[in-house]
This record gives sequence, C-alpha cells and structure tokens, in this order.
Amino acid sequence: MSEPILTVDDLRVSYGRVEAVRGVSFQAAPGSLVTLVGANGAGKSSVINAVSGMLRPAGGRITFEGQDITRTPAHKLVGRGLVQVPEGRQILATLTIEENLQMGAWHSGGRGQTGGEAAGSVEAMYDRFPVLAERRGLPAGALSGGEQQMLAIARALVAAPKVMLMDEPSMGLAPKIVDEVFRVIEEIRASGTTVVLVEQNARRALRAADHGYVLQSGEVVHSGPAAELLADERIVQAYLGVDSAS
Amino acid sequence: MQQLLNGIFIGSIYALFAIGFTLVFGILDRLNLAHPAVFAASAFVGIELVERGGLSLWAALPIVFVFGAVLGLAIERLAFRPLKGRADAHFAGLISSIALAGMFIALLQWRYGPDTRRFPTGSFPDTRFEIAGAQVTLVQVVILAVSLALMVGLTYMVTRTRLGRGMRAVAENPTAARVLGVNVDRVTAITFAISSALGAVAGVLFAINVNTAQLGMGAAIELKGLAVIIVGGMGSLPGALIGGLLLGLAEVFAVQYIGSSWIDVIAFGLLFVILLLRPQGLLGARKVREV
Repeated sequence: MSEPILTVDDLRVSYGRVEAVRGVSFQAAPGSLVTLVGANGAGKSSVINAVSGMLRPAGGRITFEGQDITRTPAHKLVGRGLVQVPEGRQILATLTIEENLQMGAWHSGGRGQTGGEAAGSVEAMYDRFPVLAERRGLPAGALSGGEQQMLAIARALVAAPKVMLMDEPSMGLAPKIVDEVFRVIEEIRASGTTVVLVEQNARRALRAADHGYVLQSGEVVHSGPAAELLADERIVQAYLGVDSAS
Repeated sequence: MQQLLNGIFIGSIYALFAIGFTLVFGILDRLNLAHPAVFAASAFVGIELVERGGLSLWAALPIVFVFGAVLGLAIERLAFRPLKGRADAHFAGLISSIALAGMFIALLQWRYGPDTRRFPTGSFPDTRFEIAGAQVTLVQVVILAVSLALMVGLTYMVTRTRLGRGMRAVAENPTAARVLGVNVDRVTAITFAISSALGAVAGVLFAINVNTAQLGMGAAIELKGLAVIIVGGMGSLPGALIGGLLLGLAEVFAVQYIGSSWIDVIAFGLLFVILLLRPQGLLGARKVREV
C-alpha cells in the first residue's frame, strides 16, 4: 500500500459527556475507495464530520497529504482538496442549480458570475449530469431527491477534490436511483479521486469498496479488504444485517 | 409635485437605512438594534469632518461609509458573535445590540454634548433646479443619486457576485455553506460591515437633508426603519426600498394635506393597512420558517 493520503489515528469525538467516537483509526490510499459501515448511531457520521473539519475532535490525529489537519476548520480544507458531500445532501434550495454549482468553486474564488476555471468545471458538470443542465436556472429545491443528491455530488466535484467524503449518499433514495448514485461513485473513484464512503447500506458499500471498516458504538470492530469482510459470514450476520435486498 | 419630490428624497433615505436593517435580518436572521446608533453617530462624524476637517460634503461621504463599516465590524464582534452559540441567540443579540447602541449614544453625548449640531454655513452649494414647477436643490438630487446608487450596487452584489452568493448560502443554510468551504464568520462580519456602512451614509444624508444632527435622531428613525422592513417583507431588499419610499411619501403628504401633528398617525396607519391586506409584507415570501 502506497503512502496513505488520509490517515485517522485514535480519533475521539464527544458531544458533551457522550463519547460518540472512541478511538477510531483508519486510512485511505490515494485513489482507493474506503467505506465505513455500521448501524445507525455507530459514529460513522461523527468520524466524517471530524475529518472534514465540521466538528472539533476531542482527541486523536488526522493527517491529510502528510499534514496534520486535526483542528483545521472546514473552510480551510475544501481549498486543499478535502471535500464533503454531507448527509441529507444540504443543497441550497433557494439558490439556483447553477449557483449551487458555483458555490462548489467558492474556495477557488470564482469571482463574478462565472469565473475562469470554476466556470469550466461547472460546465463539465452539465455534461456529466444533463438533468442539471436542463434546469440550471431553477431553484435547486425544485429537484427530486435523487437529482438533489446528484447536485450535491456535482457541487463537491466542482471543488476538485483529492479526497471526497460521502456521508450516506444513498439515504432515502429509490433503488434505481441508488444504482445510479453508486455508478457515479465508482466513476469518481475511477477518475483517481480517493473516496471515503459512509453507508448504512453496508453490502452495497462493501461491494464497491477496496477496504472496509465496521463500526459499532464508536469503535472499529472489524476491518480488512472489503471482499473479505463480505465473505465472512459471521461479520455479515452480526453487523451487516440480513437485508440482502440490495 | 413639490411634495412628491420631497417625499421621494426623504423616502430614499429611509429606504437606505432600512436596507441596512433588512440585510442583516435577511441573511443572519438577527435584528441589529445598534443600527440606529450608527445612523446617528455617522451624522455627527460627518458634520465634524466638514466643520473641522474642512472637507466638502461629498468627500466626507466615503469616509463616513468606511467609518460605518468599522462600526459594523465592532457591533458584530461585540454584540453578536459572543452569543451565537446560545439557544436564545436571537433575543440575546437583540438586547446586547440595544446595550451597545446605548453606549454609542453616550459616547456621542460625551464627545459632542447634548445640543443639536449643524453643518457650517456655506457647506451646501445653493444650485437649484426647477422640475415641472417644483424647486429642487442640487443637494437633494445628490441625496437621491447616492441612495439609489448604493441600493443598486447592493442588489447587484447580493444577486450577482460570489460574495452575494455566499451571503445567500449562509442565510439559507449555514451548515451547507460551511461544508462548501465558506468562512461563515467572515461572511457574517462582512454583512454587518456593509449594513452599517449603508446606515452610516443614510445618517449623513439625513443630516444634510434637514441640516441638523441630534442625539435622538437614531431613535426617531428606528421605528420607521423597522416598520419599513416589516411592510416591505422581512429580509427583502426591494421591499425595503418600496417601503421606505412609501413611508416618505405618506409623511410628506400627511403634513401637506392633514397637518403635521398627524404625520405618524397617517404614516404608520397606512403601514397597518398594508399589513392587514398583505401580512407577509409587500415583497415578503409566504414561507414557513424552518427551525
């Protein structure tokens, strides 16, 4: 394994007295797809939010491209290439689709209405997601749930991420749309971007991933190559549930 | 015609003042009640710049704009930022901004005394025009031009520029804005600076219009400004413009046709009528507030 682009070491996150993350460690090699799976409340989202700088960790160390970013706030990380697609999509419903995409280029200073490179990548997103292009002038709130998820992903891609943190991208979406979301995730990974994927849909996530970490009550209880985790009946039974539907 | 023009001149100042109010409210969901104190303080500072600094009225305006922006940064830092994590941040910010306003006024009284102050004689060019039989001074034309230019500039900034997009993103969803890399604290501070700069220019223009500055001038316009942004639709910039002009016209026509003691009854009565017909305000969206 080459030098990891992202390393999380003994991460702790607390909400008041409640310790949601109790010493989680994982790493992601450049260009790989790593997934954190586990039940609701296992601490997956807290891990992602601590890495992206949205939450201040109570302890531990996070390293990105060899530099300590444990206490670096989110607004400084986006410009360095660590970009999050947040849980619940968090699109800006009153801004237009185009403005949402331009917000993805916030850090690169896409001044004015359309600016140089940023505008180029907004255009690239229209090629990639034609459904957004057709409706670029509409408020983003007019999109369906699946389309909003695509917009959230496209908006993060405009920021030219080196590492993309994705928090429950398939949540609340119809199975057909989930297929599409995973197809896009695999494309992103294929383009060389490292992906850290948090999912409740564990089987689906492990099938797409290189490496997996199973979280329970704020701790990593299993980890390994994703295919091995999937092949281990005991892990599947104990942690991944029996809903093999997807 | 004369009254119509007078109403538009004073209304444009109300609008400029109210737009500063509504900008902070629309974007941060906070009422900054130190805004009227900025209005008053800037009038005094404007007069001092002309009187002691020997500047012309027009050279004083940009300086007052910057002065207002600095006050805005101070207001955000002192009265709002320390409270932002509190569950009752709306109410706490309201109270702390009133307290800060009290301090500003006390400092003004210390610096300038309790008396009314005026621009030195000869500060105003006495160029006059006649428009459709009505007398208009150059000063009034400049007041209107400056107000409109600032409002147009602000609207362009909010709707078309990167900073404006960032402000609207913060207004709608601060969490989403942070995820996208927006430094929410910085955008908030800039919003306060712009808001107060507009309020400061409104204060000087008001003082120029009536050639007086008094300690109570902020309190006098405070309620008008609040009424204007409620009638215009909370957070709506064009709503504040229309509301300000309506209030200015209502006042001037009340004085002309009914009597000056009726001015507030007529002006605020009209605003109540508008709210009865359109509770969300003229241009307010009928939206359900998200918690």
